[in-house]
Amino acid sequence: MGPETLEAKQKAAIEEILKAYPEKAAKNREKHLGVGSPNDENQKTCGDVRSNKKTVPGVMSQRGCAYAGSKGVVWGPVKDMIHISHGPIGCGQYSRAGRRNYYIGVTGVDTFVTMNFCSDFQENNIVFGGDKKLGQCIDEIETLFPLNNGITVQSECPIGLIGDDIAAVAKTKAKEIGKTIVPVNCEGFRGVSQSLGHHIANDAVRDYIFEGDLSHIQTNDVTPTEYDVAIIGDYNIGGDTWSSRILLEEMGLRVVAQWSGDATLKEMALTPKVKLNLLHCYRSMNYISRHMEKEFGIPWVEYNFFGPSQTIKSLRKIASFFDESIQKKCEEVIAKYQPMIDAVIAKYKPRLEGKQVMLFVGGLRPRHVIGAYEDLGMEVIGTGYEFAHDDDYKRTKEEIFRSTVIYDDVNEYELEAFVKKLQPDLVASGIKEKYVFQKMGLPYRQMHSWDYSGPYHGYDGFAIFAQDMDLAINSPVWAHSKAPWEKEG
Amino acid sequence: MQEVEKIVNGKDLFKRPEYKDVLANKKQFESSMLAINPAKVDEIAEWTKSWDYREKNLAREAITVNPAKACQPLGAVMVALGFEGTMPYVHGSHGCVAYFRSYFTKHFKEPTPCVSDSMTEDAAVFGGLVNMKEGLKNCAAVYKPKMIAVSTTCMAEVIGDDLMAFITSAKEEDGGEFLPAEYPIPYAHTPSFVGSHITGYDNMMHGIMSQLTEGQKGETKQRINIIPGFETYIGSLRSVKSIVEAFGTDYIMLGDHSDQWDMPAGNYEMFSGGTKLEDAKDCINSSATISLQKYATSKTMKMVEKRWKHKGGFSNPVGLKGTDEFVMKLAELTGTEVPQKLKTERGRLVDAMQDSYPYMHGKKFAIWGDPDFLLGVVSFLLEMGAEPTHVLCHNAPNGWEAEMRELLDTSPAKDSLNVWAGKDLWHMRSLLFTEPVDFMIGNSYGKELMRDTGTPLIYIGFPIFDRHHLHRYSISGYDGALNLLTWITNKVLDQLDEETKDIATTDYFFDLVR
Repeated sequence: MGPETLEAKQKAAIEEILKAYPEKAAKNREKHLGVGSPNDENQKTCGDVRSNKKTVPGVMSQRGCAYAGSKGVVWGPVKDMIHISHGPIGCGQYSRAGRRNYYIGVTGVDTFVTMNFCSDFQENNIVFGGDKKLGQCIDEIETLFPLNNGITVQSECPIGLIGDDIAAVAKTKAKEIGKTIVPVNCEGFRGVSQSLGHHIANDAVRDYIFEGDLSHIQTNDVTPTEYDVAIIGDYNIGGDTWSSRILLEEMGLRVVAQWSGDATLKEMALTPKVKLNLLHCYRSMNYISRHMEKEFGIPWVEYNFFGPSQTIKSLRKIASFFDESIQKKCEEVIAKYQPMIDAVIAKYKPRLEGKQVMLFVGGLRPRHVIGAYEDLGMEVIGTGYEFAHDDDYKRTKEEIFRSTVIYDDVNEYELEAFVKKLQPDLVASGIKEKYVFQKMGLPYRQMHSWDYSGPYHGYDGFAIFAQDMDLAINSPVWAHSKAPWEKEG
Repeated sequence: MQEVEKIVNGKDLFKRPEYKDVLANKKQFESSMLAINPAKVDEIAEWTKSWDYREKNLAREAITVNPAKACQPLGAVMVALGFEGTMPYVHGSHGCVAYFRSYFTKHFKEPTPCVSDSMTEDAAVFGGLVNMKEGLKNCAAVYKPKMIAVSTTCMAEVIGDDLMAFITSAKEEDGGEFLPAEYPIPYAHTPSFVGSHITGYDNMMHGIMSQLTEGQKGETKQRINIIPGFETYIGSLRSVKSIVEAFGTDYIMLGDHSDQWDMPAGNYEMFSGGTKLEDAKDCINSSATISLQKYATSKTMKMVEKRWKHKGGFSNPVGLKGTDEFVMKLAELTGTEVPQKLKTERGRLVDAMQDSYPYMHGKKFAIWGDPDFLLGVVSFLLEMGAEPTHVLCHNAPNGWEAEMRELLDTSPAKDSLNVWAGKDLWHMRSLLFTEPVDFMIGNSYGKELMRDTGTPLIYIGFPIFDRHHLHRYSISGYDGALNLLTWITNKVLDQLDEETKDIATTDYFFDLVR
């Protein structure tokens, strides 16, 4: 298929999809669907799509809420703190241990990531307020989990609506127990998606870690070095941060902190002393990186550790901030892994070349993984984000290699229609959509959790990625969808 | 570094020396910062196993740790998906719906359709009417459901949105283009801060049944309605249907989601199976209604008895006795003798129970789950001579604790059997350390308990995320009891092998024949 026909097909697909909506919804959705091209210089954002707007009511959006952004993404993986889901029971239970934020620690004793702490609001808490109960929750946590290094209070919807003052409770209690207590007003109705939750969570980091009283964890006992860096915006899904960290350490850098997969409160508190912040998930943590740049003069650099092409580019970009010794070691690292990567590509490219992929994920992967697919000879013909902003789509433009249909906040109906019309060989998206496409007999990979495999970051991760994509596309199971008697007929 | 001939994922990758170094460096960095003190960790870890800790833990009043319950709208979504072509519609922010869909999808490994009207801050201030008017219209236009079943989130409940008025207003504004006046849009208020997912199940079932049957009362037909309750075993729905069918009687299962969460491959249709809306409207004219879950349908069944004046009542066909009672109830309601097919099935089950009983007899179990589920499975454990030492129900409604106590008191071991109503799984952890049992029966949340306490976990319950296909089986009826028997007995045998497998040291009782 030439690029012209692909583009025409993509545009036709959009037109047809819009026909199902009532007028107002069609008008709205039209702005979020487009076709991006690497040659088109006029686009403000990739495919000229608008983003970060309210979801059309009544359609099956894949978006989450601000609470999911704060508790589920940013704060939840901080392992030595206890994160209270403050409000009714559901939110904490549904978000429990689903994101595969790996960590090392004794769960329930000094680490708490996969547990669910909830103030379990009842009707009387709604009527009379829940501040007193929150105070009591904190006391009980102190009694039963004395090795926690701090507590965060993650507000669910009712908190903001009934006007509880969790900041006041946090302040009083923090003084009383002598630890960090962070109130986070990340009620689910705030903003249009989980994205605002990231921003709110970042602001809470600023206010309560950087500007908070951290005397209980003594932050001045670590001597800074010239080569200190922090990994920002990597949640250690399936161990991603570890397969990234190894490369940074091999090139002579010292990783002082990981945000926030496998993180401790103290390493986050030490971050303002590093020399460079390395930002992987731009969407969820650009705010705090910018803040550290402004307040502490720490430069930040975006990087992408998916696939060797982007990994190499990123390693060199990171090294360029340091002296020649680091740059030399960086080249050594690249050279060291090159034979392995060559062998991986030699093995899998012939099995995957020319296969077309449609992506729909959250914050960084809709653009970051494109290069990894291309390294394997695969072609991404559709991509989009659940909760991106315009700057994400601008960044996406730089990553696309051919005409690509761009869908912002695509809902289940649209994604299904796009897939049916453009017939990719692989769909890579989230859990909610997974079985829809598998039932159609389409190879599928869940790209939020790596489908319980991974890590996918770094060189070692790319080998797993390649193997998993091969497993998905070339599995014999897809051929069973059609019964033999149907084939004959 | 990966070796291309043997690429490994994180399970083995992080065991390699170079990664052990990375993790050790990180750990050392953490402890050099004195963020965590290893000696203290061991000390506290030991203390959490003690009676002292247990007392402090059980004294908790405010914080819930590792709950064994979810919130109302989840149950409402299940009900909606049990009706033909019905879209569950949640009035609130879309975050909740993302959670409900993920939660069910992770359990069933099946798509779970459900929409919301994406309320945001402006709706919090001005109410969600605009969202609902637009949302219902879009939902009807895009998905063309036969019915839209509306439930609420805590947000909509706190701001006090009036569902009936909103739905009427949506139909009026639309002028019937997308939402004709007769379009069924039943609703239920399902605040998450009241009850649990079973309360939501009850509220939505009540909402759908009361609305669909409005004005449908006519001549009574010899027919039985079956309400399954918050049933997560697809096979159970099928077992129950096959029992009723054996009596040759007419019946309607109200809220049959078995096909929705068990779609064949080859094609994808958003909705599959479910109670026909025609049948649902006419069910008021059946002669009897049986609910299989008392605590998940109390409000609905009150309506059935008071307004519909149906015979039937509750019958929980889990275990031998539960199934016997269900079968006898059907015999009574239909005036038919128990069919030979069921007599044979029962005989086979009892035969199997008599073959296996030595392995379950006297074994101590800890079990948790929903109230009706527990009454059924505990009854079965007692039938086998097992000892349900800790029976924990986080979402126990009034009356449940007394009923469970009464059941446990039929056991010769009654003095060592405990009921824990309103407790969570962190309480269970203390119970397991201080009064250990041989096995646990529960959902995936038991996994960390298994690791901490070393108690083997038998996966029966909801949700089960990390094991495949168990939900496709039945735990109801005689065949369901046989499944319970098989799973439990074989886990006991697996454990026996595990404990005796070491060559020349522990391998007495490592038998090939049992």
